[in-house]
Amino acid sequence: MKYSIFSLARNALSYHENWPLAWRSPPPKNHYDAVIIGGGGHGLATAYYLAHEHGMRNIAVVEKGWLGGGNTGRNTTIVRSNYHLDANAHFYEYSLKLWERLSQQLNFNVMYSARGVLNLDHSPADVDAAMRRGNAMRLNGIDAKFLSRDEIAKWIPNLDCSESARFPIMGGLLQPRGGTVRHDAVAWGYARAASALGVDIVQQCEVTGIRIDGGAVAGVETTRGYIATPKIGIAVAGHSSHVAAMAGIKLPIESHVLQAMVSEPVKPVLDTVVTSGAVHFYVSQSDKGELVMGGDLDFYNSYAQRGNLPIVEHVVGACLALFPSFGRLKLLRTWGGIMDMTMDGSPIIGKLPVSGLYMTGGWCYGGFKATPASGWLHAYTIAQDRPHDLNAAFTLERFAGGNMLDEKGAGPYAWAH
Amino acid sequence: MLLIPCPWCGPRNQIEFTYGGDATVKRPALDAAEAAWYEYVYLRENPCGPHDELWLHSAGCRSWFKVRRDTRTHDILASARIDEDLVS
Repeated sequence: MKYSIFSLARNALSYHENWPLAWRSPPPKNHYDAVIIGGGGHGLATAYYLAHEHGMRNIAVVEKGWLGGGNTGRNTTIVRSNYHLDANAHFYEYSLKLWERLSQQLNFNVMYSARGVLNLDHSPADVDAAMRRGNAMRLNGIDAKFLSRDEIAKWIPNLDCSESARFPIMGGLLQPRGGTVRHDAVAWGYARAASALGVDIVQQCEVTGIRIDGGAVAGVETTRGYIATPKIGIAVAGHSSHVAAMAGIKLPIESHVLQAMVSEPVKPVLDTVVTSGAVHFYVSQSDKGELVMGGDLDFYNSYAQRGNLPIVEHVVGACLALFPSFGRLKLLRTWGGIMDMTMDGSPIIGKLPVSGLYMTGGWCYGGFKATPASGWLHAYTIAQDRPHDLNAAFTLERFAGGNMLDEKGAGPYAWAH
Repeated sequence: MLLIPCPWCGPRNQIEFTYGGDATVKRPALDAAEAAWYEYVYLRENPCGPHDELWLHSAGCRSWFKVRRDTRTHDILASARIDEDLVS
């Protein structure tokens, strides 16, 4: 059923009790032309684009838990493309362009809100770096605007822009088209659109092994039986090492926990996304009114999906230094998600060294905003058995070849990116 | 909150420590093949379970040491001096 004002009115007549389920939940078949492991945003987007762009309809998404129950539902919903290196800039800009028309394409409101993403600068060196990055972005055709302290103070009255601020604000780089997207709706929208094209979405189905025959994939062992398939796409960021190991592949990835937290909901106080690299903090306000905040990793390997208090204290401290008036709010809840941290801070989207095996992963902090382009390019790579120009730089082989995409220049320390 | 047992100072709050990553990787010989260096610099087992790792007591005795910690629960199973083996 197409969602529209007419379907809304029709269903209002029956008190909204007869809406059809948004996607089918069939049992898994014995054979598919491709199986995508992971029913988060990336896996569902991959399946949708495989069906929509490449005409592959006999495919399945297998998910060990429920749709969007991993990082898709745990991120802080920010989308942006303010990257410096060319490969990253082109990739994330393609993603942002897909976000801009995603609600129309999926016929599902993902609530893309172009409220802007502002990176604060607290020192002359910060300002120089922001100018350089802003110029690089504009050369790549991406919107970027440098704001002075006075412009920021006028726009965001809650932000402490005074001379006596703990972290004095000297300016900021704004990407006006950046903003937020309702993250759950992304999983649901892709699932519904993929299901309508014939994709089987199988939840509560954990992959326990990958069967390889003569150097090529033969199928996946799952908790709901064996599924034969010539092509497997892995989209399980957080657990990429663990799933790739089923095919005997070791990745340049460590899993780390990244926390986020929300305050109690309040009336609108902040109409943009404010971030500070120097203070390790970012904040936006959700449509429910909660202030959504986050900061750094906990800085130790973890699969626990929960972190520890020192980071919570740091994030709240940074929040109060920048926004003193938020000190009257209570923290409502905190949670953690597991990041695939690669050794250069950039993702891996491409072929793996087993024929018919592909992955999109290694998302570090950047996975949510990448969802549409990651799925689009993963699907392209699976269907064509070769990478697109936009993901040609995101290979696994770049590490051995010395072609790192190290946006931060932090070196081969997974938790430093 | 992690309570990390420094082999020299005893159990201390995690905020006194700096993480140093996987303790099982071994630096290859200087003339080792490039593949060995690639593996040492970039590839990690990244286990979901007990993980042997390096920590530095940066706000304490400034010593590097080893910890075995479960990455699913954050439970610390053992710690040892840098020249000792972990036993748990």
